[in-house]
Amino acid sequence: MEMLIRAFLLGGLICVIGQLIMDLTPFNITPGHILVGYVTSGAVLSALGLYQPLVDWGGAGATVPLSGFGHSLAQGAMRGVDSKGLLGAIGGGLEATAIGVAAAIVFGLIAATFFQPKA
Amino acid sequence: MAQKKIGKQTIQFSSVPVITSAAAVVGPMEGQGPLGDKYDMVCEDTLVGERTWEMAEQKMMQYSMELALEKRGLLAGDLDFYLAGDLLNQIICANFTARFLNTPFLGLYGACSTMAEGLCLAGILLEGGFAERIGVSASSHHDTAERQYRSPTELGTQRPMTAQWTVTGSGSCVVERLGEGIKLTHATVGKIKDLGVSNSNDMGSAMAPAAFDTIKTHLQDLGRKVEDYDLIITGDLGLYGHTLLKELMQKEGYSTEKLNDCGILVYDPKQDTHSGGSGCGCSAVVLTAHLLEKMQKGAYRRILFIGTGALLSPLSVYQGETIPCIAHGVVLET
Amino acid sequence: MDEELIRQNIRQREELIKQNILLAEQELTKLQQEMQKEHQKVLLWESRATGAEKEHFQGLRKEIERQQQRISLPQQIEYQSTALLLAPQTTIVKNVLMAFFVGGTICLTGQVIMNAFLQAGLSKLEAGGSTSALLIFLGAFLTGLGYYDELGKIAGAGSIVPITGFANSIVSSAMEFKREGFVYGVGARLFTVAGPVLVYGTMVSMLVGLIYYFLR
Repeated sequence: MEMLIRAFLLGGLICVIGQLIMDLTPFNITPGHILVGYVTSGAVLSALGLYQPLVDWGGAGATVPLSGFGHSLAQGAMRGVDSKGLLGAIGGGLEATAIGVAAAIVFGLIAATFFQPKA
Repeated sequence: MAQKKIGKQTIQFSSVPVITSAAAVVGPMEGQGPLGDKYDMVCEDTLVGERTWEMAEQKMMQYSMELALEKRGLLAGDLDFYLAGDLLNQIICANFTARFLNTPFLGLYGACSTMAEGLCLAGILLEGGFAERIGVSASSHHDTAERQYRSPTELGTQRPMTAQWTVTGSGSCVVERLGEGIKLTHATVGKIKDLGVSNSNDMGSAMAPAAFDTIKTHLQDLGRKVEDYDLIITGDLGLYGHTLLKELMQKEGYSTEKLNDCGILVYDPKQDTHSGGSGCGCSAVVLTAHLLEKMQKGAYRRILFIGTGALLSPLSVYQGETIPCIAHGVVLET
Repeated sequence: MDEELIRQNIRQREELIKQNILLAEQELTKLQQEMQKEHQKVLLWESRATGAEKEHFQGLRKEIERQQQRISLPQQIEYQSTALLLAPQTTIVKNVLMAFFVGGTICLTGQVIMNAFLQAGLSKLEAGGSTSALLIFLGAFLTGLGYYDELGKIAGAGSIVPITGFANSIVSSAMEFKREGFVYGVGARLFTVAGPVLVYGTMVSMLVGLIYYFLR
């Protein structure tokens, strides 16, 4: 139960950072820029070993936001190096996140087939 | 010497062409707005029975022109020329409507100033004796504009408070050399004004200087004052742009009590559009459904209708360019 | 008009521009017309010259162009600061609260799902992957039904930042461009919004991998 509360708090906080950036920076910092920032900073923090503590404390509160995706990418790359060496460095990240990307593509196609964009 | 040109940018139509008929076709959201019962046709949804929004917008433009013709007892073949424009790439909406009407066609791109631009050019063609009857149309559609200029419709982004909502609607007029209706007496052709605004979610502040420049030049050209008009109405500056225009005018000593904006009139604040309406359709439907009627009923005797356009492209902002804007004015009298 | 006169004008205007004062509309127009006249002249000379002389005129032309860009800056800055003062207020507090609440709830949902998978006996890694997939499905489903954009309007970053937002960006693009067909519409435009995340995410992960490899 405590984990649920922590996930809520951490996840909410991470989103608040994004909201503040959106509202307080000039218009040329778009959501697109912010998301790239999340992914890359998640990956960098993960590589420095600073993201895992967040995951340990807040669980899904750290893995669900896009910075968690960056964390998976970085961890995947490092695991890839451990198991496959140099080639693992190149492919490891995508390997770890492949399920997510493939799911998004497939669900996208399914939704496109069955749903219409509404006004 | 050009005898019909007055001052720097204004044209006088001494033969006084007349807007003999007009019609507006809009989407459901506009139908729920303050002017809801004035429109000739309110569509049930934004697809109007078509497969894509672009086709729907084309149907709306077509229907608005057909209704304007029918109200005047004319057919498309009775028009000497058809002037039309919209917001889409290559103005395809206007192109396909012209295909349907099968009339000699001059496509226009003035972004949201298209209606005013069309009326100005129609006036010129009629004044010069080059035509008896001209059709003018302008349209826009919220969803076609969003998917071209901004993002997919189902994307969950938050719009800033300066953003405006593109009107789904089309307005058309029949303008004739002789006849009964609201008179077109002058037109002022605008120049591009660009004061360095590059936020495509803030058209109001980009366009306000252009509107001010045209109003000022118009009044100077004709030696008139703001008080000579019952209404000076801009196309789609929206709430924010309107506030800025008032500021610019007051700074140089112009009175602003006769000033209003179609983008403010077309939606109710409860519809949560943030800064009001925009798009070619905005000024077109407010003019054809509301302003002309008010003039016919005697509420306004002389108005200055200023179509305001932001002439950016979907890519120009990404390339670091600012937004060049223009405003064209036409004087309508009873 | 000869080159010497043009250079003299350029020097005079340079002095004026350096002062960074707000010019009157009429004076600004006069200077802009003067520069247009000079620019045309120089352009013609440049087009008729060759070799070193051509480059010489090109340099002169570029000087005029730089001045053309800089001369209306004070006016632009003045207008934009006026516009900023009159700008409508962003409801920051409400936005932040909604982002916190919705973002937190989505993460909470993720935790619930994760717990369920772990209880069902999956390993930590498998549970993580499955949770992501399920959340992506939920984001896709809500996008398909047309609710995710309504949520995004209120929640802002609260719905953009979680992985459901990633799904929303891909699925909304897919749905939108279906009308241009499945190859050129859906196929080509699926990643218009989500693309940068994948591109730069992959790049950073590869850098991390390479650095880790060489540091080991």
